Amino acid sequence: MTQPAHPRKRYWNEPTMGWWERAYVFEVVRGLLITGGVFTANLWKWVTGRKGALTTYYPEEIRADYAAGNRGKHVLTQRPDGRPQCVACNLCATVCPARCIEIDAAFDPNDLEHPKYPLRFEIDYSRCVFCGLCVEACPEDAIRMVPETPGLPSFDRERMWLSREELLGWKPQHDVAKPYPAADAAKGVQ
Amino acid sequence: MNIPVAVTAVYVAYALGLLLTFGTVLTWVERKQAAIMADRIGANRAYVRIPFTQIRLIWWGLFHGLADGLKMLFKEDFRAQPYDRVAYALAPWVTFVPVMLVFAVVPFGGALAPGRLFPALAATYGTQSFRMQIAPVDAGLLVVFAFGGLTIIGTMLAGWSSANKFALLGAIRAGSQMISYELVMGLTLIGLILIYGTVDLDAIVRHQSGTLLGVLPAWGICYQPFAALLFLTAAIAENKRIPFDLPEAESELVAGYYTEYSAMKMGLFMFAEFIEIAIVAALFTTLFLGGYNLPWLTDAGFSFPGAHFVAIGPRTVAVTQMLTFLLKVLLLCSFQILVRWTLPRFRWDQLLRFAWKILLPLAILNLGLTAVIVAVLR
Repeated sequence: MTQPAHPRKRYWNEPTMGWWERAYVFEVVRGLLITGGVFTANLWKWVTGRKGALTTYYPEEIRADYAAGNRGKHVLTQRPDGRPQCVACNLCATVCPARCIEIDAAFDPNDLEHPKYPLRFEIDYSRCVFCGLCVEACPEDAIRMVPETPGLPSFDRERMWLSREELLGWKPQHDVAKPYPAADAAKGVQ
Repeated sequence: MNIPVAVTAVYVAYALGLLLTFGTVLTWVERKQAAIMADRIGANRAYVRIPFTQIRLIWWGLFHGLADGLKMLFKEDFRAQPYDRVAYALAPWVTFVPVMLVFAVVPFGGALAPGRLFPALAATYGTQSFRMQIAPVDAGLLVVFAFGGLTIIGTMLAGWSSANKFALLGAIRAGSQMISYELVMGLTLIGLILIYGTVDLDAIVRHQSGTLLGVLPAWGICYQPFAALLFLTAAIAENKRIPFDLPEAESELVAGYYTEYSAMKMGLFMFAEFIEIAIVAALFTTLFLGGYNLPWLTDAGFSFPGAHFVAIGPRTVAVTQMLTFLLKVLLLCSFQILVRWTLPRFRWDQLLRFAWKILLPLAILNLGLTAVIVAVLR
């Protein structure tokens, strides 16, 4: 065989094959043992009631490895009596680049300190870009983002809205920024 | 010995049900086993809801095969324009039917004595006992090769009649590959025929019922381990599965010889392939793994080495033997799937070189050695 005009470049880590690899059958057996071993180990996990896969069941399970700062979905913080902290100033809706926040303000004569409150506070998750600007804009720390994702999968765009009640579903027991519940705050516990 | 029509009908129904079940379940096994090997979960979303309730039967995704079948049945049967209509329509059946027919000569259980198993039938059948085999022909192994060789015609017809370059390339590859590997397969088995002195599959299985040197089961794999390896390799190549799936190499030839097929015609090709997995497993079981034989199990009961004897009834023996056969077949199917998800595909020249320069000389060597040893021992 004649030498080609431009011989192929040889790399420092060129793979080499000894007679063992060239015989093929031994390496085949080794490969089968590896895959068979993984199969048996995983099957044993399934049979004994554990999960033998790395997969997360998507809508049913929440990933365990979300970062603490992951911007998953929005929550509305609450006053000690459970009403939203939001004063319906519309700053978040104004700053929102996707224009997906809709707020209807209302007047509450019983609470003279915070008379304005959101009657309707809805976010359209079919448009939200999860940028977090609404959280930055809020002067009242009324809207935040938590790592968990909203239950988005749906056959219908109309079902991708999160209502005020769903946004208010966040019930933290301890909070570094604002003490919850109110009783602890009154006692001065930080 | 003539088998009554009623018994044959039962056998045929059993074999048909068995093969179709294997064909359906293997699609699921293939997906699920691949998933578990790759740390995945695999198909688990299809379910059957019991009518009028909210009870959903998921059963680890077992119904995905059903969903696939329904999809194939209701899909548009697209036909390419310039094609040979008769050959095009005939090809899936020419592939499918011989695969099913091979099972006719495979013994799937020990002796069946209807009169002794079911007292109600004693009047009709008396003490007669029949082999559990649809067609007890003396030339069993030759029938296997005859029908096994027929499937290639379907493949070639499919590739030629669909007027598609990819399909034609796939068919040509299939033709040369199957001819090469059929030769190897035949040569590996001649050694076995030399040892057993017969090509009747039932006789071969009965030869494997004893023990070898008192400890080992007298299975073909103990007499001919080398031939077993070669036969399994050639059989996987015959079935056109990875690492020998060049006729339908997805990354090179779209779908190979059935590129132009759609809906249930394509489904038939796939189904034939999955049934052939079971057939290859059944043949390997019959020839090398003692068929329905368990070590030390005779028609009367277990006789363990050291003169222990455990007697069991004829009904239990019959059921045990049939289940043994099924279990062996299932394990071998699983092994073939393991091979399919482990090894990468050969290159075309490597494939033919492997057949003609490695497997064929080894098979001839094995045959020569076996012949010499058999001649010396006689």
